[in-house]
Amino acid sequence: MNDATLSHRTAAPNLWRINLVGLSTIVRKESRRVVRIWIQTIVPPAITMTLYFIIFGSLVGGRIGTMDGVPYMTFIAPGLIMMSVITNSFANVVSSFFSSKLMLHLEEMLVAPLAHTTIVVGYVVGGVVRGLLVAALVVVVAMFFADLHVVHPLITFTTILLTAIVFSIAGLFNAIFAKSFDDISIIPTFVLTPLTYLGGVFFSIKLLPPFWQKVALANPILYMVNAFRYGMLGSSDIPLGLAYAIMLGSAAVLFAAVLLLLHYGRGVRE
Amino acid sequence: MDALVIKDLRKVYRNGVEALKGIDLTVREGDFFALLGPNGAGKTTTIGIITSLTRKTSGSVQVFGHDLETERDVAKSCIGVVPQEINLNMFERNDLTLINQAGYYGVPANVARERTEKYLKALHLWEKRLGIARTLSGGMKRRLMIARALVHEPRLLILDEPTAGVDIEIRRSMWEFMREINAAGVTIILTTHYLDEAESLCRNIAIIDEGRIIENDTMKNVIGKLQVEAFVLSLREPVSAAPALAGYPTRLRSEHEIEVEVTKGQGLNDVFAQLSTQSLHVVSMRTKTNRLEELFIRLVQDKDKEERPSA
Repeated sequence: MNDATLSHRTAAPNLWRINLVGLSTIVRKESRRVVRIWIQTIVPPAITMTLYFIIFGSLVGGRIGTMDGVPYMTFIAPGLIMMSVITNSFANVVSSFFSSKLMLHLEEMLVAPLAHTTIVVGYVVGGVVRGLLVAALVVVVAMFFADLHVVHPLITFTTILLTAIVFSIAGLFNAIFAKSFDDISIIPTFVLTPLTYLGGVFFSIKLLPPFWQKVALANPILYMVNAFRYGMLGSSDIPLGLAYAIMLGSAAVLFAAVLLLLHYGRGVRE
Repeated sequence: MDALVIKDLRKVYRNGVEALKGIDLTVREGDFFALLGPNGAGKTTTIGIITSLTRKTSGSVQVFGHDLETERDVAKSCIGVVPQEINLNMFERNDLTLINQAGYYGVPANVARERTEKYLKALHLWEKRLGIARTLSGGMKRRLMIARALVHEPRLLILDEPTAGVDIEIRRSMWEFMREINAAGVTIILTTHYLDEAESLCRNIAIIDEGRIIENDTMKNVIGKLQVEAFVLSLREPVSAAPALAGYPTRLRSEHEIEVEVTKGQGLNDVFAQLSTQSLHVVSMRTKTNRLEELFIRLVQDKDKEERPSA
């Protein structure tokens, strides 16, 4: 180390610059991770969704006929795309953050002069990248089975993006509390999967009796799936404004909650 | 300027364990400082608080004048840390481990790549740059952690047992490297269980035990406090009992080896003269333990005696 380096080191650090470079570093690291372990991150959802299209769309769907005025295969395509975004965004952040906590290399970030916001946004972008990558792949798969259209491109894009953001932050929230691998599978198994299946992926809530229609309206995933379906097909069971309010509200509340948890060191500092 | 100022630092864990009972510590800029203590003494808790991985209960910590409470990120930007436990991403490529770490401190990618090459070469890991940490040996992992801690060129480097599990040859080369880093102006705080390492490298020392600093002085002064030193002498002639030496307690180790305790102020010439009159010739001599180790044991034992009421 020469004198020039030493004098550079004593200069006051630019915290904005540190956080900008830090954010791009976390995003690149997380994106590289998604691509590096593609056999775990990209391939399984593509296979699962292909099976859904074959079984529910082609075999069973052929006997159902139409739903909401469109062929059943076309009806479930937006739901299946959203389902893959929800599960993959969540899974990416929960497993990446929890692994780094478990193997202690999260400390690399915690000892650095990074704002908690930077760490959270970095991980969330990683989750969004995986969610959108898988969504793109499912769209390609869906094109072999259904005649896909996008009626409202802006609504389609903002809905999928907001959903990926919400479930990426939710994954982080889960990972902060998790102490074992069991803890990171409880939410996907007992919360996400039932809510997704009952969230209008495979059916219109108009098919439900009035009481169960009201119960279904308490499921936030229903709003996301329907908003996305509206973007693609132009039809929805719910008011679009309410769907956006729920997505934006969930993202804001979860974001504030994880920042607060990190601030108090919950699950990451002694 | 002071690199680190700790005032009345206390830490009580949730389970009620009081790890730090109000420690005060000052490390001058440019120092090579040893923080020693037995297991569970509070060294790692202290380092955890300085590096923000552990939350303090009370007290204050300043790094180059920046308070950890009010200027946390500025203070953190000055620190590089090599923790006791291996905390590498085992599946990340080794060069990327350094490039990422540099990024977390705001070092641009091109500079990060240059520094990665510089520190991986300095720590003899350049050939392993494209491998992953999982495939490295224990010593290599430690060296990778040192390179990672240096890649943002910190002003204060904290090494928590950096040479644990490292073979002698590599340890010596790491000592040389640490001396060079220190000579370049980096303040170093070292904790180690190899007390010869601390004695050889450090200028100042603090000994912590049960959450309290029990000694804090220059290495020279601390070593000077050692009242009794034990030497092992190899004898040419076999002996069946320890020879009696006036003023020097002796003990038989084997038929060719005896142990002699020499108190401060006494001389070894007298020992040799007394042995010579008994027709015993010394062929070689060594200290029984490292001097700092001797003092460390005595300090901790003396403190235990003070605290334990006599029966």
